[in-house]
Amino acid sequence: MAHSYTPGLTVTEHTTVRRRRMLSLPGSVLVTTGEVVRANQAVARAELPGKVYPLNLANQLGVAPDEIHEYLIKKAGDPVRKDEVLAENKPLIKWLKTEVRSPITGVVESASTVTGQVLLREPPRVLELLGYVDGRIVEVIPQQGVVVETDCSLVQGIFGIGGETGGEIVIAVTSPDEALTPAHLTADMKAKVVVGGSFISSDALARAKEVGVACVVIGGIHDKDLRALLGYDLGVAITGTEQVGFTLILTEGFGSIPMAGKTFALLSAHAGQQASISGATQIRAGVIRPEIIIPRQAGVLGGHDAATIPQREGIRIGDQVRIIRDPLFGKIGEVASMPADLQKIPTESEVRVMEVRFADGSKAVIPRTNIELIEGS
Amino acid sequence: MSVPSPAPTKPVTTHPLNVIVATDCGSTTTKAILIEKVGDEYRQTYRGEAPTTVEAPFEDVTRGVLNAIAEIEELSGRKILDGDKIISPCRDEKTGVDIYISTSSAGGGLQMMVTGVVQNMTGESAQRAALGAGAIVIDVLASNDGRLPHEKIERIRTMRPDMILMSGGTDGGAVTHVVEMAEYISAAEPRPRFGATYKLPLIYAGNKDAQPQVRKILGEKAALVLTDNIRPVLERENLAPARNKIHDLFLEHVMQQAPGYKKLIEMAGAPIMPTPAAVGVIMETIAKREHLNLIGVDIGGATTDVFSVFEGLFNRTVSANLGMSYSISNVLAEAGLANIMRWVPFTIDEQTLRNRIKNKMVRPTTIPQTLDELQIEHAIAREALRLALIHHKSLATTLKGIQQERTISDVFEQQQSGKTLIDMLKLDLIVGSGGILSHAPRRVQSMLMMVDAYEPLGVTKLSVDSIFMMPHLGVLSTINEKAATDVFVRDCMVYLGTCVAPIGQGKSGERCADYVITFPDGRVDKGQLAFGDLQLIPLASDQKASIAIQPVKQVNLGAGAGVSITRDVHGGVVGLMLDGRGRPLQLPTDHAARVAALTKWYQAVDLYPISDV
Repeated sequence: MAHSYTPGLTVTEHTTVRRRRMLSLPGSVLVTTGEVVRANQAVARAELPGKVYPLNLANQLGVAPDEIHEYLIKKAGDPVRKDEVLAENKPLIKWLKTEVRSPITGVVESASTVTGQVLLREPPRVLELLGYVDGRIVEVIPQQGVVVETDCSLVQGIFGIGGETGGEIVIAVTSPDEALTPAHLTADMKAKVVVGGSFISSDALARAKEVGVACVVIGGIHDKDLRALLGYDLGVAITGTEQVGFTLILTEGFGSIPMAGKTFALLSAHAGQQASISGATQIRAGVIRPEIIIPRQAGVLGGHDAATIPQREGIRIGDQVRIIRDPLFGKIGEVASMPADLQKIPTESEVRVMEVRFADGSKAVIPRTNIELIEGS
Repeated sequence: MSVPSPAPTKPVTTHPLNVIVATDCGSTTTKAILIEKVGDEYRQTYRGEAPTTVEAPFEDVTRGVLNAIAEIEELSGRKILDGDKIISPCRDEKTGVDIYISTSSAGGGLQMMVTGVVQNMTGESAQRAALGAGAIVIDVLASNDGRLPHEKIERIRTMRPDMILMSGGTDGGAVTHVVEMAEYISAAEPRPRFGATYKLPLIYAGNKDAQPQVRKILGEKAALVLTDNIRPVLERENLAPARNKIHDLFLEHVMQQAPGYKKLIEMAGAPIMPTPAAVGVIMETIAKREHLNLIGVDIGGATTDVFSVFEGLFNRTVSANLGMSYSISNVLAEAGLANIMRWVPFTIDEQTLRNRIKNKMVRPTTIPQTLDELQIEHAIAREALRLALIHHKSLATTLKGIQQERTISDVFEQQQSGKTLIDMLKLDLIVGSGGILSHAPRRVQSMLMMVDAYEPLGVTKLSVDSIFMMPHLGVLSTINEKAATDVFVRDCMVYLGTCVAPIGQGKSGERCADYVITFPDGRVDKGQLAFGDLQLIPLASDQKASIAIQPVKQVNLGAGAGVSITRDVHGGVVGLMLDGRGRPLQLPTDHAARVAALTKWYQAVDLYPISDV
């Protein structure tokens, strides 16, 4: 019964990741397969149709909907400027003339003889899609986007807020169990990816915003501080569009929790290097975890055919695991045994368990669903 | 209003069905059960579960299905899998199954946007049609919803539904507003949630006179399907054709796009049903078979579905963001900390509680390991159940906007159209399902969670889905009615007992009612129920007793203030619960007094292991 386990977060020095970069609507792809791209380079472009403004001409002119074509000066497809006359009536007495002017600059999209409505559309807005990571284009999906592959180090967080960003990695604390305080955050950290330790307080969050950091990577945060930062209580973990001044990535969870030693060591080893970051989290279908991608230096790009981390068969004795529920939340150990029979835990539930051995040699019996495999080890 | 049984799109196997494996792919876990024919009857024999794998790194729902089935293999000794294939039909006594079937709510379920002309008339009818088909309604747009036209268009653009249901107008009525809505949808160029290149399925179920215009406006831009008007005349709803179309399109379009669903559809021997639709089939069957009014609830990780059948009228609502894992933090946001804390029989500081709830949100598959964590989850479940019922009451209503004939005797009873159908005094049975209710370590915990959340009035039976298999049986009933009924009666439905709850308030310790219980063996138990008391009287599942209750003068048991009643009450694995805590249920506001009251009640019914309460 090795099948029930929670896939853990990946923290690995060397992997190849592919990121699918898709336009939200069809457009044009600006790069070709095999091309090397930079994170801040546009790889595709689309024109987002402008906002639509309905205007009920029939009402404004006081005519029947099926008559509006007789009064239209601009027809469907015609460009129109703001305040330009769209339609007018033709009264016998000039003073009774009614003109309907366009509230926007754009085009006349359609005129309906059923509803008497004219739909006006603003000019399209150009949307540029960036490469997000330094890498190589391995696939072009015509009109839609590309797949970028990069040879990199990868750290997945458990939860994040804020969108894609990037910057140089700086380590602000000396150990993974040290909390990040305002004093750690200095002016030279502007636009950088700041790695803290166990916890960030509300005043340190304010300082991070003041300094203008690109991202804070931290072990934990109090929920009340997150609420203060966002201005509302987060109901479901679907994030990525928040605008709080920087991207925030939690590596462990809520509360004060030392960053896993492996995560801290990996990030420390890459201090001074550029990282691509996304805080987007979606803990639902097609889960998305926040990530820190550190592409390998130029010259060692690509060269890997395998683009994904090999799939595990399940959990095994000796695997490194993290306990992800109280009372031992955050502790790391290795699987000592996996009894097949159900066991009664203090809640009186009978569940599948495993025995976890910690570094000091002590052991604990933990429900299997309350452990997380440390991936990439 | 009835739940449609979706017509199978491919032929179900012709060989006898003696061994059936069924899964429900939930948002958090995939639950598999094995059903075997033992002698002449079908029984549920083994069960396995595994985390649902619509997420990375798997992104293939069938992975979780195979893992859950592999657990059954290990427990039962039956070989079911051959690599990634399910062995079907059975090869011998211990190899294979005769059919594999499944329901699914993974991938966020079926997310729909509905439109109508008048929000609380055709808008609500469309909403009921979508909800009844097992969908989550992400927005209701109507001509009179108070939003400006460009705001409506922006809304359609930004939401990415799986499907849109358009309604509006009665047949033969004006077409202007419904055509206007079609124009807005066309201008918004809506795109589906999954799959960038396929057209969004759109069902038009409004005024039939507007069909040509709607086809002209939307025919090119969406995968348009026309069906009968859901409100052909103001006084009547006709939801079945639209619901059936929703099912068809769900299978044909939406499911094909979700991660791994193409494979799942190929694996299954019958069409995949949305989980809520399958549970709805079961709930409606219970109500019909036993001729009773019921409320059913399925509390999951992401959503809480509430079903009701009152006077034969079926309704379903889904509270999309009330659940015990993915949505647990939203229960806190909606209910407020104080409402959750009022059910917790110990002191815990706000920061710790908030952090724990958020940690469950980010790691949704974990389970409580300690008793205090279990009690906190049970407290949150009470609030999720309570809020979901409030939501249900607001939607399960009589049709709105209908002229009512009134006689002179109605003058003083100004009942409006659109009143809720949920009458707690007429409620006969509450059925609970979903992980937190089905897997509570003690059955009395499920019973009290439902009693606290729903505050049943008078005399009400309660039951629970034994190990969460109603979705499986719902889909099974569409291919083999007997197997579904056998398993439902013998293995699924667990009667908890009956709750007797007088309506009224009084000072704690004062007399609320006197009762006389006559047991089947002739034994008579006389006693008094005081305000603030919770009593549990053993009465086994197969037993029926008679209870005569004389309430004090300000207290009502359904027959009027101070009027006695005599009723037959059914037993269950918990028994007969006499609830003298008053209705509406009010908990002491003072922290210490509240903890003392909770402790007293919890001990009275032996809710948790005593040493830790």
